[in-house]
Amino acid sequence: MTNARDIFITEVALRDGSHAIAHQFTVDQVLKVAKALNDAGVPYIEVSHGDGLAGSSLQYGLSRTNELELIEAAVSVADKSKIAVLLLPGIGTVKDLKEAAKLGAKMARVATHVTEADVSLQHIHAAKELGMETVGFLMMSHMAPVDKLVEQAKLMESYGADSIYVVDSAGALLPEGVRERIRALKQHVGVNIGFHGHNNLSLAMANTLVAIEEGATRIDGSVRCLGAGAGNTQTEVLVAVLDRMGIKTGVDVYKMMDLAEEIVAPILQTPQEITRDSLVLGYAGVYSSFALHAKRAASKFGIDSRDILIELGKRKVVGGQEDMIVDVAAEIAKAKSVETVR
Amino acid sequence: MSKVKVAILGSGNIGTDLMIKLGRSEILELTTVIGIDPESDGLRRAKELGYTAIDTGLEGFLERPELADIVFDATSAKAHIRHAKLLKEAGKKVIDMTPAARGPFVVPSVNMGSNIEAENINLITCGGQATIPMVHAVNRVSPVEYAEIVATISSRSAGPGTRANIDEFTVTTSRGIEEVGGAKKGKAIIILNPAEPPILMRDTVYALVEEGKMDEAKITQSIKEMEKAVQSYVPGYRLRTEPIFDGNKVTIFIEVEGAGDYLPKYSGNLDIMTAAGVKVAEEFAKNLKANQLV
Repeated sequence: MTNARDIFITEVALRDGSHAIAHQFTVDQVLKVAKALNDAGVPYIEVSHGDGLAGSSLQYGLSRTNELELIEAAVSVADKSKIAVLLLPGIGTVKDLKEAAKLGAKMARVATHVTEADVSLQHIHAAKELGMETVGFLMMSHMAPVDKLVEQAKLMESYGADSIYVVDSAGALLPEGVRERIRALKQHVGVNIGFHGHNNLSLAMANTLVAIEEGATRIDGSVRCLGAGAGNTQTEVLVAVLDRMGIKTGVDVYKMMDLAEEIVAPILQTPQEITRDSLVLGYAGVYSSFALHAKRAASKFGIDSRDILIELGKRKVVGGQEDMIVDVAAEIAKAKSVETVR
Repeated sequence: MSKVKVAILGSGNIGTDLMIKLGRSEILELTTVIGIDPESDGLRRAKELGYTAIDTGLEGFLERPELADIVFDATSAKAHIRHAKLLKEAGKKVIDMTPAARGPFVVPSVNMGSNIEAENINLITCGGQATIPMVHAVNRVSPVEYAEIVATISSRSAGPGTRANIDEFTVTTSRGIEEVGGAKKGKAIIILNPAEPPILMRDTVYALVEEGKMDEAKITQSIKEMEKAVQSYVPGYRLRTEPIFDGNKVTIFIEVEGAGDYLPKYSGNLDIMTAAGVKVAEEFAKNLKANQLV
């Protein structure tokens, strides 16, 4: 396999996939997945709680295994791939980043809501000082107009981010929305541009191809769609498609197929598909990790999870506001019981 | 009975909001506002309202120390480290509104009494002022093993200082949950929400109590009493719904609406800080008066 890559893929199953399995990854699973990805030639493997470093919480779900152990495990089997970590300022801190770097993490992806880039300054600076490659990760990109996105990307670039991602956390962007965003960033930002999709509207692959067409060179995928909601752009499919298009990823297609089938598929309790809940995430523009929480709240309060997600979309709730799910569910249930009494 | 004289150091948003709140106090007499920019809105307002406006910083005030016995520091953590030393030498009581955390952490509804003699107290963070009372309310009934708080504030109410050093919020609030709230372990999360019109400050408190120690009725009563205690100095503080119990976990939803003094109503996060500051100053003042009588 040649070293020349047109596109650099980051595999996010061991981070975004944490949402899909309620943060239950084990050291053994991470060792197997990371080793296989390394052997297949995937350049970056992200490992963290779904909500980033220090995400293990009552708000988002407690990790079965301390993520630092998972990061250490991944590093131990990755002699070619670099291990990346996610950090959301307001949840994780510089201290957490330092611990991850000490264990051998080489890339820091610092994520903020698309309009709040300035909270990433201290973390991007710290990552640079630690000698890490840095990514500015603008989440919920569909919620801001293009000029706002450009302004925020420029801030992250000025802090020293090596790459800036358009992150479609809700899987709500349509291909034309991806096109105009990536095009604008290519025009106004000098660093690498990346795209992170979710497949809630079955558009992750189409959106990714549009992003690449417009000049994105950093792409996220999750094997077997092991990511929040309906998962991300399916990595093994993506490398096959790009291979057919003559675009070099440096990743072995057969090895990806094998690890998807033999190692990742057994981790999933149910195969990832576009259920009505994940479809509603994309349709209402709601953060993909809300899916499981909404399902739980719906059954606790005896209501339809779609009603919760649609209401959250209306209220313009941002990533991380999982506490709003129970709050809104309680409100809907209360309103319903009042109706019934009448 | 004469009032106790106070001064505000810092003429920004927090200092100016304090100015308006202090104007209503029956125990405190605001005499002086200290800044470094004579053109600032805060200092102009101070002059208009008839207060002594010093535009040469703390040094200017220290030339006339008789102007106040209690000083609010609403500058920055960095500046406070220097101010704390000078004010201590001048024998002033100091209420530190910055995250410098020189003196003990105080939440008025929880641990005012044990810090009444302290010369410099710190108000932790806005998220701490909103949530630590509830952690304490649970802990006084059933020992809290772990408490986690999530503070969601409108983007507009998060100033550049907060944004550039957001770790300070999570680290300091976590410490406050443990030291003042009484939880064995604390964790804090902050989220900025840019929705327009701006949302009110919302806080969620999760507390895990010791196995077998959950007493739902008593905890609910304790939480409601605490809501009233905080409302006595932050009128816009309220529980959004009944607490939710699940095994040994209790979840509490809070909303804080600001008084709309200098800062708009949606910035309950700033209002709860200035309101707590005034409350602490009033308790200090009552104590000073009582000591003088003896």
